[in-house]
Amino acid sequence: MELRATYRDAGAVTVVDIGGRITLGEGSALLRKTIRELLQEGRTKILLNLADVNYIDSSGIGELVTAFTTVKKSSGDLKLLHLTKKVHDLLQLTKLFTVFDVYSDENTALSSFR
Amino acid sequence: MAPDTKHLEVTLETHVESVNLAEEMCLRVAESAGFGEDDCYRIGMSVREGVINAFHYGNQERPDKKIHLAVDITPEKMIIHVLDEGKGFDLSCVPDPLAQENLLSTSGRGIFLMRAFMDEFEVVAGRTGGAEIIMSKKLPSGSDSSTNNQGGQSASPQQGA
Repeated sequence: MELRATYRDAGAVTVVDIGGRITLGEGSALLRKTIRELLQEGRTKILLNLADVNYIDSSGIGELVTAFTTVKKSSGDLKLLHLTKKVHDLLQLTKLFTVFDVYSDENTALSSFR
Repeated sequence: MAPDTKHLEVTLETHVESVNLAEEMCLRVAESAGFGEDDCYRIGMSVREGVINAFHYGNQERPDKKIHLAVDITPEKMIIHVLDEGKGFDLSCVPDPLAQENLLSTSGRGIFLMRAFMDEFEVVAGRTGGAEIIMSKKLPSGSDSSTNNQGGQSASPQQGA
C-alpha cells in the first residue's frame, strides 16, 4: 500500500496523518517531502499520527530519524502519535523509543508541545 | 542439494522495485511452508533488508549489476541467500545501531534487523565477488514442507523489472 500523508492544524501544532507503508522508495520520499514543505511554511511543531502505518522498514526508520533531526535543527519539535504494534515493537527493538516522544492520546500529545 | 530440499532462485535487477518483489516472493514461500503471520512478517522484513543491502551498499545502486536471491526449504528450515555483485564487506566493521552515538543515524539498521528476526544469520564472500547474506528460520513445529505447492524443482526465472 502506498504511503498517504495529509495534515491539519491543531492550534500551533500541525498534525500529519500518515497511512500505508514507510519503506524504501516512494514511502520514505513522501515523508521527507511532507516534512520539508511544513518547515518551509514555518510549521515547526509537528505531530506524526502513525495510526494507519502498518509497516515500516529500516529505510522508513531512517526517514523518521531524518524528520526528527531536521525539525530539531529548525528549533522545532516532532513527536509521534498512535503507533501500531509493529511500529511500536520496531522502535523498541532499535531503542528509538528512547529518542522519540511517543503518545497514545492526541490531546495529551498536543498539550505536550510548548 | 538434498533430495528433500525445495529450491527457488531469481535474479533481480538493481532497482528499488526488486525489494518489494523479493519480499512478496519469499512471503509466498514462507506461507506455503507453514509459517504464521508473525514469522512471515519477520521473514519478509529480513528479505527486504537483505535486498536493500545488496541494492544500496553492495551494488551501489548500479543498474548493470544484479541481485541473486535464492530460497531453500529443507525439512527443518527456510534458508534465504541474497548475493550482490559488489566488493563484499566485513560484518565486524558494521557499526552497532544501538550504541548511543549511533541512535540518530539515518541508516545502518538492516543487518541488526535481519539478525534480530531470523534464527541464523551470516555474511560470506559470494561467488561473484560480492557479499552473500545467508539467513534461516526454523520451520514451525507441525508443518510439513512436503505438502506445500512449491514443487521440488529448481527454477531460475530472470526478473526483468
